[in-house]
Amino acid sequence: MTKQRRPHILVTGAAGALAQRVINQLRDHCDLVAVDFREQVYLGDDIPSYCIDFTKRVFEDLFRRYEFDGVIHLGRIQSSQLTRMRRYNANVLGTQKLLDLSHKYGIKRVVVLSTYHVYGAVAYNPALIDESAPLKAAGLSADLVDSVELENLANIYLWRYPELNITILRPCNIVGPGVRNTMSSLLGSENAPVLAGFSPMMQFIHIDDMADAIVKAYRKPVRGVFNVAPEDWVAYQHALRLCGCRRIPIPSIPPVLPNLILKTLKLKSFPSYLTAFFKYPVVIDGRAFAREFDFKPKRPLKEIFRFYRENKRPV
Amino acid sequence: MSLASYLKSKLIPADIDEHINRIRKPIGSLGYDPWGYNNEVIKYGFSLTRQIYEKYFRVEAHGVENVPAEGPVLIIANHSGQLPIDGLLVGYALASREKQPRIPRAMIERFFPTVPWLGNLLNEFGAVLGDPVNCAKMLANDEAVIVFPEGVRGSGKLYRDRYQLKRFGNGFMHLAMKYKAPIVPVGVVGCEETIPAIANIKPLAKALGIPYAPVAMPVVLPAKVHLNFGPPMYFDDLDIPEELVTERVEQVKAEISRLIDKGLSERKKLF
Repeated sequence: MTKQRRPHILVTGAAGALAQRVINQLRDHCDLVAVDFREQVYLGDDIPSYCIDFTKRVFEDLFRRYEFDGVIHLGRIQSSQLTRMRRYNANVLGTQKLLDLSHKYGIKRVVVLSTYHVYGAVAYNPALIDESAPLKAAGLSADLVDSVELENLANIYLWRYPELNITILRPCNIVGPGVRNTMSSLLGSENAPVLAGFSPMMQFIHIDDMADAIVKAYRKPVRGVFNVAPEDWVAYQHALRLCGCRRIPIPSIPPVLPNLILKTLKLKSFPSYLTAFFKYPVVIDGRAFAREFDFKPKRPLKEIFRFYRENKRPV
Repeated sequence: MSLASYLKSKLIPADIDEHINRIRKPIGSLGYDPWGYNNEVIKYGFSLTRQIYEKYFRVEAHGVENVPAEGPVLIIANHSGQLPIDGLLVGYALASREKQPRIPRAMIERFFPTVPWLGNLLNEFGAVLGDPVNCAKMLANDEAVIVFPEGVRGSGKLYRDRYQLKRFGNGFMHLAMKYKAPIVPVGVVGCEETIPAIANIKPLAKALGIPYAPVAMPVVLPAKVHLNFGPPMYFDDLDIPEELVTERVEQVKAEISRLIDKGLSERKKLF
């Protein structure tokens, strides 16, 4: 093809706020196709949108039909969604299928969204964890296994098929308007549980900054694994205070007690398998990504927390 | 005036507020650094430690000017006295010095992060989990880091073993060499007498998940503390076998031993 062709990009996880921000940034210069495992979303007449299970054969038809150049895989089912089995199928087997098809159809660029949860929250974590640190999450809870497996899979394809140019992003807590993850619902609530006596350091990235990071990553085909986090930190309970949340302490010792309480309460916004993340810090080092992709987050923590303080909704 | 600002005005004298603000730490927009240090909370800690340092232990510190004003530096000291009081006092000595004060970071035992309230509080005061990665990243950030290479072997020793240096780990020397950080040796005298322990109940310590369970009086005695900071020691970053690294560690240990002897000879009485 001699004429300059607009890049064709498949974006997964289209029902999520993050994917929609990424799509909005790219739609003027790229031909996008949006898919989601959960629901079909309308993104305008220029963007075909599908609700599709990646493990089904019809998924391949999209690759045949649209001749993608790149894939932005944001369709990770979070640990708070679906059952463990369905999540494993979607995240691990679905991603495998996606990467196999990407290889088969000569995709040149793949960006995979992972999470900082893969490092696992353990008492002995050093701060500023870099990308080569071991992934301890699988040892903490079976509910985080699929996150780690997804990463392992993407890593295998990263080395086996260098031509795919896979970049894996491990962001800190993504928060901001429209975000529906655990952390965002906690910051947005009137009352938020805390583990008594524990207020680990946390990092937050605004959804718009994260969308910028993904677009920047997509545009520069540098393979590898990168943490994405601003160089700013805050203790969890301090963040809640700034968001205007009333803190509800849950007894934290002996360690079996909070697990027992949370398993009984089954709070969606404070699941028992994430208990450790509200106890011990997982502070990641995002400097390698910032350097490589010339990335600087624009929205400060105070602005993020002001949004939550001014947009309280009843629990 | 809110309760918080009222308490602050009562508990933190203006000179301390200004003193801490003058020491510019690399912190984020909300006053924290990645390890949990907090610029506001440390003012309370500093204010309280001043009383402990000046009134309770009546610390006499010599040679604190030996700690360079900037750049990475490792402050290596002997560890004693069951609780990390020695770290607190060495840290305060440097943070309160008139000329070019620095807020050093103390590496603490691995079980502290699991203790509710205390773990976070120590982090806010600048103490950091004693992990080599933490130490490396802090030296790369040009911090002054306090390390007790004896670890729990030193702090948990019994009163009858006082002022006997236990085995030093080699980790600090590797880091000093890699980050070209000078080593400032410190001899701490007096902390051995703060909580004299006559025995260690190992099964109890194991059951509680703590490093040691000393048999001691449940009070911290007001022993007079002498801190002697030695001149900085510089080591090159040549790739040398572990045996030679150990030799370098022994040089530091010998220097600390000399500084302890100096402190012991200066000491007129225990309390």
